Amino acid sequence: MTTKEFNFNYKIVCNLIPEKSRVLDLGCGDGKLLKILKNEKNISGLGVEINQNYVLEALQKGLSIVQGDLDMGLKEFQDNSFDFAILNQTLQSTKNPEFVIYEMLRVAKRCVVSFPNFAYWKVRFYLFFKGKMPKSKVLPYEWYNTPNVHLLTISDFFEFCLKRNIKIEKSVYLTKRKSRSGFLIRNIANFFSEEVVFVISK
Amino acid sequence: MENENYTETKIYKLNKPIVLKCGKTFDNIEVAYQTYGKLNENKDNAILVLHALTGSAHAAFLNKKTNKKGWWDDMIGPNKAFDTNKFFVISSNVLGGCYGTTGPKSINPLTNKPYALDFPVVTIEDMVKVQKELVNYFGIKKIIVAGGSMGGMQALEWSIAYPEYVKSTILIATAARLNAQSIAFNAVARNAILKDANFNNGNYYNSSCPENGLAIARMIGHITYLCEEAMYKKFGREFKDTPSFDFGVDFQVESYLEHQGKIFVDRFDANSYLYITKALDYYDPIKSYGSLENALKDSSSKFLVISFSTDWLFTTEQAKQIVSTLIKLNKDVSFVELESKCGHDAFLLEFEKQTKIIKSFLGE
Repeated sequence: MTTKEFNFNYKIVCNLIPEKSRVLDLGCGDGKLLKILKNEKNISGLGVEINQNYVLEALQKGLSIVQGDLDMGLKEFQDNSFDFAILNQTLQSTKNPEFVIYEMLRVAKRCVVSFPNFAYWKVRFYLFFKGKMPKSKVLPYEWYNTPNVHLLTISDFFEFCLKRNIKIEKSVYLTKRKSRSGFLIRNIANFFSEEVVFVISK
Repeated sequence: MENENYTETKIYKLNKPIVLKCGKTFDNIEVAYQTYGKLNENKDNAILVLHALTGSAHAAFLNKKTNKKGWWDDMIGPNKAFDTNKFFVISSNVLGGCYGTTGPKSINPLTNKPYALDFPVVTIEDMVKVQKELVNYFGIKKIIVAGGSMGGMQALEWSIAYPEYVKSTILIATAARLNAQSIAFNAVARNAILKDANFNNGNYYNSSCPENGLAIARMIGHITYLCEEAMYKKFGREFKDTPSFDFGVDFQVESYLEHQGKIFVDRFDANSYLYITKALDYYDPIKSYGSLENALKDSSSKFLVISFSTDWLFTTEQAKQIVSTLIKLNKDVSFVELESKCGHDAFLLEFEKQTKIIKSFLGE
């Protein structure tokens, strides 16, 4: 992903977080988003990241960061101890997405979950016409080296939440540099959106 | 990278007695210390570094007489993790030690003989109290504390005992308290000293010291500072020579332990080993305050916790206990588990990664 598009995604997430919230950023990478949230929204909070080099970069930004593996759960964190937990572009690369979502919902009142939509029309066409695993700016990897072991679509996520009584409070659909929020017809959103950002709660 | 600066140990004599955790009041305490860098005008750029079980005040730079470098020389100095261009670094020998601070081998002014076992049983809390007196002497406003292993326990105690005064706490390869396994190792080490024929109830200063016992204690210590992987890398099953078919030193690992034991008896006092390991065993803020949460609740410090993947003496799990308590209390905390093949010793060896982390944490 290019920096510009990253920033666009950050902007969307940033708009969803109220001022002075207590935020847990899961899979926070080098801490860019967390830093933006600190500067723009005065949030307090910390990041969790498994990659040591990212941990170092986040520390260099003056952030609080705890090294850890999301797939091992969030044992260190108490129930409802955060206003928001963020899982930005990370869900598809967790080994056990269901467990990670449950853990997020346990420690935070609301969760922001974003992921690339595998039902985006360009992705569908890629597979349809080329007959190969789709690659794009949001999905830059080869089938054999991708960390994205649990790719999913917008419709998959709706179904996932419905079955588990997880509330979807907001949805923001992203294509290129445009975002649409609210109640689009789901199948249309699922076809035309490259990425999605959900706010969910118990 | 070696520091070219020379350093000297100075002595500060406390001007008042200290009430120890055991209830006794203890007077005539002297503290051996060294400093590196300059204290700024605001007196708020001080870092107190805290040594482990057998350390001394000589943390960095070269000793004038011996030309030896300090135990954390890789970490303290210009542009190092604890950057002496920016910070004023203080290091002191612990109460009960044998490197200049009052301990069992010091002369008891009442008898004009070494204290030996008349020395009171001191705790980590008592060591910290004494360090606070030294820090007060410099007129320091707010302090950063940092230490590994037992030094980490002292740093933790600083943040508990002086919650407003400590602005940053760096805890490396440490725990809030020892687990039963570590206490067991210390117990065996103490037994080796206590059962040595020369021990003479601690009164050995005018005769031969219990060097066999102390050497065995050190050998046990060294086993716990390494890990299987480190031992394999260092020694494997290699023989020193060919099998001797007697009970001499055959294996490289035996030879290493024997050597470590031998050089240790020349530099450390057996009574101090008893006292300091006891202090390690006793330290338990969870018990003292009912919970670690309760112990740390008033702290205004930010925290950095570092553990090492192969450290089985002070485990990542134990470090995480501190981290999760601090998270629960909404404290500012960062945690890193560094990959290392060096076991507990890593905190003295893996200085490159630690330097990056500590520099970032201290805000450079």
